[in-house]
Amino acid sequence: MNPPVKNQSVIQLRELVKTYKTGEVEVKAVRSVTLQIARGEFVAIMGASGSGKSTLMNTLGCLDQPTRGEYLLDGVAVAGLNRQQLARLRNQKLGFVFQGFNLLSRTTALENVELPMFYSHPLVPLRARRQRAVEALEKVGLGDRQQHHPSQLSGGQQQRIAIARALVNRPELVLADEPTGNLDTRTSIEIMELFQQLNDTGITIVMVTHELDIAAYCKRVVVMRDGQIVSDTQNEKRRTAAQELKRLDEAEQKAKLA
Amino acid sequence: MINLFQIVFVRVWQTALIALRALRRNKLRSCLTALGIIIGVASVVAMVAVGNGAQARITSEVSSLGQNLLMIFAGSRHTGGVNSGLGSASTMTIADAQAMAREIPDIAAVSPEDSATVQAIADGRNWSTTAYGESPDYLKIRDWKLTAGSMFTDHEVRSAAKVAVIGSKTANELFGPLNPVGQTVRLGTIPFVIIGQLESKGSGMGGQNQDDRFIIPYTTAMKRLTGDKYLRSINVEIVSADRMDSGEQQITSLLRQRHRLTADQSDDFNIFNQKEIADTVNSISKIITLLLGSIAGISLVVGGIGIMNIMLVSVTERTREIGIRIAVGAQPGDIRLQFLIEAVTLSLLGGLIGVLCGIGASKLVSVVANFHAVVSTGSILLAFGVSSAIGIFFGFYPATKAAALNPIDALRYE
Repeated sequence: MNPPVKNQSVIQLRELVKTYKTGEVEVKAVRSVTLQIARGEFVAIMGASGSGKSTLMNTLGCLDQPTRGEYLLDGVAVAGLNRQQLARLRNQKLGFVFQGFNLLSRTTALENVELPMFYSHPLVPLRARRQRAVEALEKVGLGDRQQHHPSQLSGGQQQRIAIARALVNRPELVLADEPTGNLDTRTSIEIMELFQQLNDTGITIVMVTHELDIAAYCKRVVVMRDGQIVSDTQNEKRRTAAQELKRLDEAEQKAKLA
Repeated sequence: MINLFQIVFVRVWQTALIALRALRRNKLRSCLTALGIIIGVASVVAMVAVGNGAQARITSEVSSLGQNLLMIFAGSRHTGGVNSGLGSASTMTIADAQAMAREIPDIAAVSPEDSATVQAIADGRNWSTTAYGESPDYLKIRDWKLTAGSMFTDHEVRSAAKVAVIGSKTANELFGPLNPVGQTVRLGTIPFVIIGQLESKGSGMGGQNQDDRFIIPYTTAMKRLTGDKYLRSINVEIVSADRMDSGEQQITSLLRQRHRLTADQSDDFNIFNQKEIADTVNSISKIITLLLGSIAGISLVVGGIGIMNIMLVSVTERTREIGIRIAVGAQPGDIRLQFLIEAVTLSLLGGLIGVLCGIGASKLVSVVANFHAVVSTGSILLAFGVSSAIGIFFGFYPATKAAALNPIDALRYE
């Protein structure tokens, strides 16, 4: 692996193709996608189900290999890497946030956050591991929930733990797959507020969503249909989650007074 | 190199901690799975211990006959198609015994034997027992000691004296706790003076009680009790174990010559070689031990299959957990190691408890059956080795299956 060059794109896709075989039928999930995402961006990938956005996300997440085309993650060519190399790449350069949180049950919040460091090469010493996990939990506002199990926490809190886990190995890129899909409106906005805060500190985020309301908080919106990008625009009227929350609070106050 | 070792050690250790935690979460299931191995290992250890105990006991019974013993029995007699059995042929004489002692240097001692079942009467009690006519060397040949009195002498043999040495069981039946030496006993109608008492030997081969007997001079037995002109058998002690076979050959050729047997005639006597009997008995009991051990070994394999079954269930159940671990960067090797350690921990834990149970069961058998089961270090090490090998063998497939999971499917698994 070459050392990454500064200011290079975090993601560089060139004519990426991904086809599946289901029985005899060949499904073209992604057909010729070319995309560049620079450091510090906050991108929403939108599209209806079957548009290929999940497949694209799996490929971006190094969980799957492209059939054809080129994928450079932080300057590293992903195509042709074996399972071990992909695992190492995910561990060092990527953080995942899923719709279903995907936390280990019956394991404390702190240990869940420590998990990626468990598989790091070289090994993170035990004390540093604990310290970094605590820092990550504090960053998502759950410093006081270290010893709680996921089942003792609300959905929003669970997603915050998942975000802390995604951040703990200081990744180049955070990939979020419908991160607010299982959350109510208010909690969704709170999570988006957290993402915006993180993005402000320079973390690159790519998020898959099918909700326009959620995509509105991102800096750039990519829309896919039938495995191809149909639009790629900068979000001029970007919403700020913090303001949105304030407005919600005020509306609530008014409703109470009335 | 040291650094590499540390890294490997730390990785294995932290993976082991995960595995142990998973086992602790499913305590009942882990215990039941380990139970298969516990039973397998315990039965291997106990069965081998019982087998070894039996072997040791049989060996001691064989050696209680005495050291380097040959027993020459007169052959069987055929009269009109009726075979009268061993020792019934009238072929072996006192002269044969004397010739053997004189001409064969490998022989250390000779005791001609003639025996009769007698009703012993003393002090108003009576007891049916066997009187063996022997020479004074008999005690030396059988490696037998007296607890009281003395053995009869060559002089008493020559004069066919009415003296007897009494077995401890017989003494107890006839005289109770009293000292029998110096007492008079009637064997059939003839009064004998008891001059010595044998120490207890316990039951011999075939289970007959060696302590229930009288020993009298063989001349007395032939003249006064049986009226036999011929001997039933001759007991011979050979000078050393490595001369047993050559001694047997020399006796055979001497007796064939004395009985004027031609080359086409078969022997009219049979020689029982104690060493051969011991060897045969030994190999039989070894086979029995092996048999018991391998039957127990089957249950060990069954236990291993139980582990594999549970590990497969566990992998399926924890598909999502595996998916999460792979997504955050676990290598296939990390996942494989985790499940392999779980399987090996189950089997090793089962092995450890099994060894303890096996030792306990052996002790129980020893106490209940009045029998000394010998727990061997070898069988413990073997059971341990086999159980950990079973853990690796039966854990490998589920672990590999877990490591090969596709993270995308695994994360979607409900």
